[in-house]
Amino acid sequence: MLRLQNIRKAYVEPDGSPLPILEIPEFHVAAGEQMVLVGRSGSGKTTLLQIIAGISRPDSGLVEIAGLDITQLSEAGRDRFRAERIGYVFQTFNLLPAFSALENVLLGMTFTRTGRDATRSEDLLKRVGLGHRLAHRPAALSVGEQQRVAVARALANRPTILLADEPTANVDTANQQQIIDLLRETCAEEKIALVMVTHTQEVTSQFDRVDHLAEINQVRPSVAGTTPTEEDGSLN
Amino acid sequence: MSLWKIAWRSIQQRKLSSLLTGLSIALGVALVVIVLVIHGVVSQSFSEAAQGYHLILGAKGGKLQLTLNTVFHLSQPIENVPYSFFKEFTEYQDESGNHVRGKYASAVEVAVPYCLGDSYKDFRVVGTTPDLFEKLSYGAYPDGTLKHYQFAQGSNFDAHDFHAAVIGAVAARQAGLKLGDHFPITHGIADENAKIHDEDLFHVVGILAPTGTPNDRAVFVNMEGFYLIADHVKPLPKQEDSIDGVLKMHLEQLRSAHNHLQRAAAAKDVPATAATQIKEADQLIDEILRAAKPQSIRPHSGATKTAGDETEHDGAEKSPRHRHPPSLATDKQIPLPENQREVTAVLLLLKNDVFSQVLYNKINEGDMAQAVFPSREVTNLFEGIVGHVRMILLVLAVLVVVVAGVGVMVSIYNSMNDRRREIGIMRALGAARSTVMSIVLMESVLLALLGGMAGVILGHVTIGLFAPFVTATTGVMINFWQPAPAIHFAGTFISPEVILIPALLVLATIVGFLPALIAYRTDVARALSDAP
Repeated sequence: MLRLQNIRKAYVEPDGSPLPILEIPEFHVAAGEQMVLVGRSGSGKTTLLQIIAGISRPDSGLVEIAGLDITQLSEAGRDRFRAERIGYVFQTFNLLPAFSALENVLLGMTFTRTGRDATRSEDLLKRVGLGHRLAHRPAALSVGEQQRVAVARALANRPTILLADEPTANVDTANQQQIIDLLRETCAEEKIALVMVTHTQEVTSQFDRVDHLAEINQVRPSVAGTTPTEEDGSLN
Repeated sequence: MSLWKIAWRSIQQRKLSSLLTGLSIALGVALVVIVLVIHGVVSQSFSEAAQGYHLILGAKGGKLQLTLNTVFHLSQPIENVPYSFFKEFTEYQDESGNHVRGKYASAVEVAVPYCLGDSYKDFRVVGTTPDLFEKLSYGAYPDGTLKHYQFAQGSNFDAHDFHAAVIGAVAARQAGLKLGDHFPITHGIADENAKIHDEDLFHVVGILAPTGTPNDRAVFVNMEGFYLIADHVKPLPKQEDSIDGVLKMHLEQLRSAHNHLQRAAAAKDVPATAATQIKEADQLIDEILRAAKPQSIRPHSGATKTAGDETEHDGAEKSPRHRHPPSLATDKQIPLPENQREVTAVLLLLKNDVFSQVLYNKINEGDMAQAVFPSREVTNLFEGIVGHVRMILLVLAVLVVVVAGVGVMVSIYNSMNDRRREIGIMRALGAARSTVMSIVLMESVLLALLGGMAGVILGHVTIGLFAPFVTATTGVMINFWQPAPAIHFAGTFISPEVILIPALLVLATIVGFLPALIAYRTDVARALSDAP
């Protein structure tokens, strides 16, 4: 379902020299498969997810999702493809503060051709245990509740693949397992492939497939390790 | 969720900033609305005031002055013209009762005389005839139907009721005049020391419905009563200060009385007893006139002087040198002889538009009077002076709106840094560059539209609050919901206020373009990596 082939991605240093981040000869995820990708901070995990999501373009290589090489699509085409086929859960939830929980989920449907489906949005929020908090804005929700809204939003358009970028990193221990369970259960129910990246080993035992980015990425850790971290934005 | 709602939520998120930005737009638009409406309504009112007739005739002098004091009751009246000049535009009966058609009467539909120079409180008094309200209109509706004078109370005055008065709507309200009230008029205009004719009281028989023209601020009295006021009698020429002159004057007065009594006798609403008395008095006058006819006017001589002295000693009558008005004229129901009458202006409604230019040329070629096209004078006034003032006000008001528009741009532009992450999130959820650009443009449009609508309401509320003041100072009727009068735009007539909102939308699109461009160019990956 997802196939990466000969992916190369490099950034440009301030002095103009290239800074290689990713070099992945082959990477596959089957339809409905759930896997976790482990990598240390600054190893290019987020960059890889953004390439899969069509947010960033690789310098070279093929990104095929459901038989379609998205690197060949125009930017607008990739935007539409992302809206309709890819779900994305961010580490920092990324809910829009001016919108209620329900509106944040509806926002995920706004940019598709099928349009919004208020019933599905409400159902999703009920499924993640927030049926009673539809009208609450993010500021009125706990951290765990915010991430659950983010999960509901990512699932809103029945994506082919759901990309979760360290979804439990900012969530307390009690909520971490709930989020993992929620992701796994809903993806299994809707037959959505799940690719979750993390820098910790804590959740890996729950997944049948655990890949280490250091093993599939041929850019040597010494090189990647010297690069600026994701937090300062240079990697993205 | 629609993009409009996303834009609206963004506005809500920055309540204070959005409110202030919208308010600045509202104030600018309100200013434009006020300028457009007030100027438009005043301009329309002035134009309409100069409609309903073709020409104004008056003494030689400034054309604008003649228009201002005749149509708008402003400025000082120019000199008068003889009553005989007015008669040239009418059909009348001569001394012998023969029907006479004035020199220009065949071209004239209606000629209405205006006698000016007096006032009541702050309002100009116009001595005129009932024809003003019966036969002239004060403009036309958009469908071409003429606007005829309507009476809110009472009715038009009767030509035989010499001291009847009709009051304009504003004048009646502000002067507190009601039907049946008696009031004196003051000789002179806006002069505290002017003489009050409290011996000649006029009574109110009608109050006009509002017309939206300067006539709302005027007091109209029967010209006959106006003439009977002492200071309004035209002094007789010097050569008539003789016995012959006295006789001629008395004969004139008798003829005038004769004509008047004949008209009174012919009136249907006169009681039978009064009609008999009138007929008897008329026969007596008729006999006197017949007796006087064979006598030729004697040359100036001592005998005549003696006769004059005798008259003076009689005590019952005084020489015309010593009294105003002559004794017969002081009888309040005997009209002033025509040789002692003058008119300040004549409003001419012609039978055909073509006649207006012909008459205009003919009269202006003569020495007696001038003719003016009132509508032309008003147009010149507005285009020459008032139009420039309006344009300056309008430019200033539009500049205020433009500055407010720049405020919108600054407000949204400043928010873009905070919104970079939001834009990144929307892009990550599948929003295209053009979509986030549209959302920012919609935000600008919403701010301008809501601010503009608030401005239109604010402008009209302000107009409503100041309407009484505008009405009081200009006589122009104006309501808070009144739109700016239609102007010719793109092949059709349309209120400038209707153009205002689309113009605002264009402005909003222009000022929203820069922040929208920033949204368009936002790098998603970089925006998402920004700390929340």
